[in-house]
Amino acid sequence: MSEVVRQHPAFKYMRKQFLPHIWCPGCGNGLILAAIIRAIDELGIDIDETSFVTGIGCWGLTGNYINADWLHTTHGRALPMATGLKLMNPKLKVFALTGDGDLAAIGGNHFIHAARRNVDLITICSNNMIFGRTGGQVAPTTPEGKYASTSPYGNIERPFDLCRLAEAAGATHVERWTVMHPVPLTKAIKKAIEHKGFSFIEVLSPCPVQYGRKNKFRNPSVLYNWVKEQSVSIKKAQDMSEQELEGKFIIGEFVKKENIPDLSAQLLKLQESFENKS
Amino acid sequence: MRISGRQFLQGNEAVVEAAIAAGCRFFAGYPITPASEIAETMAIRMPQEKGIFIQMEDELASLSAVIGASWAGAKAMTATSGPGFSLMQENIGMAVMTETPCVIVDVQRSGPSSGQATRAAQGDLMQAKWGSHGDYELIVIYPNSVQELYDKTIEAFNLAEKYRTPVILLSDEIIAHMRENIYIPETLDIIERKRPRPEDKEHFLPWKPDDDGIPPMAKFGDGFKVMVENNTHDATGRTNQTDAALHTQLINRLCNKILNAKKDIVKTEGLFLDDAELVVVSCGCVSRSALEAVKMARQKGIKAGYFRLITIWPFADEQLIEVAGATKKMLVAEMNTGKLLREVKRVVDPYGVQVNHLPKIGGAYHTPGEILASIEKAVNENE
Ligand SMILES: Cc1ncc(C[n+]2csc(CCOP(=O)(O)OP(=O)(O)O)c2C)c(N)n1
Ligand code: SF4
Repeated sequence: MSEVVRQHPAFKYMRKQFLPHIWCPGCGNGLILAAIIRAIDELGIDIDETSFVTGIGCWGLTGNYINADWLHTTHGRALPMATGLKLMNPKLKVFALTGDGDLAAIGGNHFIHAARRNVDLITICSNNMIFGRTGGQVAPTTPEGKYASTSPYGNIERPFDLCRLAEAAGATHVERWTVMHPVPLTKAIKKAIEHKGFSFIEVLSPCPVQYGRKNKFRNPSVLYNWVKEQSVSIKKAQDMSEQELEGKFIIGEFVKKENIPDLSAQLLKLQESFENKS
Repeated sequence: MRISGRQFLQGNEAVVEAAIAAGCRFFAGYPITPASEIAETMAIRMPQEKGIFIQMEDELASLSAVIGASWAGAKAMTATSGPGFSLMQENIGMAVMTETPCVIVDVQRSGPSSGQATRAAQGDLMQAKWGSHGDYELIVIYPNSVQELYDKTIEAFNLAEKYRTPVILLSDEIIAHMRENIYIPETLDIIERKRPRPEDKEHFLPWKPDDDGIPPMAKFGDGFKVMVENNTHDATGRTNQTDAALHTQLINRLCNKILNAKKDIVKTEGLFLDDAELVVVSCGCVSRSALEAVKMARQKGIKAGYFRLITIWPFADEQLIEVAGATKKMLVAEMNTGKLLREVKRVVDPYGVQVNHLPKIGGAYHTPGEILASIEKAVNENE
């Protein structure tokens, strides 16, 4: 490592001894990690006031690299574990980092309930549209017709729209970006950190090794370009027909509701109602 | 405010009041008969005690939230019955692996599957120990009265904190729904988990044990930057899943911190054992009939003895061997088709003790008369 690399501004937030990271060359996850660290740095947050709760999967390994308290949960359980942590210590800024399989397959029930409860969590889902860690099996986010090791003839199921799901379940801050939008992504994470309530940031994160290979994307840049080309801003999408939007990824801010009390605030109010009585 | 003095409580209520007295300030659960009164009473009591009650979406989430709360520094608990207990098994393993103190109450009902929702059983004795995958030890306690549900809930929290382990408090539909007079003392001995010293922050190794095999537990947000890794990990928390020696060392430590402390952990109860020709072995609700049956036998001049397991796991091998040394026959009475029997035989077979069995399923516990009849039959056999 050169002197320049060793002094990278992100390093003060990282477990340097864990680098180089474990992700494959061309994986989008490092770009999301960079955005998280930029957001923390730009807001000037003390890393000791943050906690990271991650699921199982490639994205779940992110906790290794951030030098903060980290709870590596069982597959799918990042959100309920983060809920217990946050409720017992509302001062902590709790990040729940969860893959699309982790969040929407095995943990799908927890996702809608955490959103409904408006737990004050910063939930960041790395959506690579496939199960990366276990070798490229189909996910509830795999587009129709796309290939995975368990959809060898093309996916015959319809995928979830995670942001619309979060919105319908009651999340008070919802955004979708791709790793090719580092500036708005960082801004979205900053907004999520400052938001009081359930923030859901979905990030389309190319997985060249599993998704890319199985779907004939010759190299990572072809896959990155495809994700970028399929992305349509939420504003532009408003003027597009359903057919035009078929297979597109709508990016931007879906929901930002202020003044809806988060669960910790509600619980505190309940506790205080007894203090006043005694 | 915690209650004290004479109280008339239901078993499930006693668990709640004891949990509060032990310092529990977080409860997450999902309703299920016959455990629901624990959640319902917690919903009333927790906010009054500046604690948190949350009804989660299922039992997977319930134990998950408890684990998260424990890392925020709370004493935390959940309560369920068979179907929910089955759903919790993966996270019980996670609590073992991450040495997360917590208390899990399993109010037993009949199974398998939804079984008899409102009927008692003792079918989870083995699941409580072996339900999660892999090799591990934990602590399982099974009281037999409302008083003991209170006392042992306190003990469950103390042991969880002391040994940094999940503790399972077994109950059953009978003792959970029974109402009895109990006495709650003014002062109680309460144990808190070991904490790392702030001055050790810079070089803290979260998984380096002290001499007792137990590492001090940091609290999230205190600046220790702990890695709580449920994969096999080294003293720093970093995972290494290919190093056989590391895995062996970690698992042995996790098991031995419990097994080496059996003297402190394991509790049993015995009566009329000095001259007993036959000893009735039981636990939980069945032990109440067993004691009555033994007394009836004594009145008839039969030298019967009574032995009860209060701690189910780790198993009371040493105590049972002592009993086996002084008797020829044992009778295991239990509300399942032979779980305690298997374990008792494992321990006493080498001592030439003849073990008879009195299983009963269907929801009703043995009457003293049923057990007495079995005592008489066993005593008269081979004579
Ligand atoms: C209960 C359970 N079932 C299955 C697995 C195996 N498993 C590990 S990660 C994973 C899926 C990961 O996919 P995703 O959440 O999308 O994360 P990615 O690896 O793509 O980042 C699965 C099925 C597991 N660890 N636990
Ligand atoms: S398998 Fe895919 S998601 Fe996982 S590290 Fe490799 S490229 Fe990234």
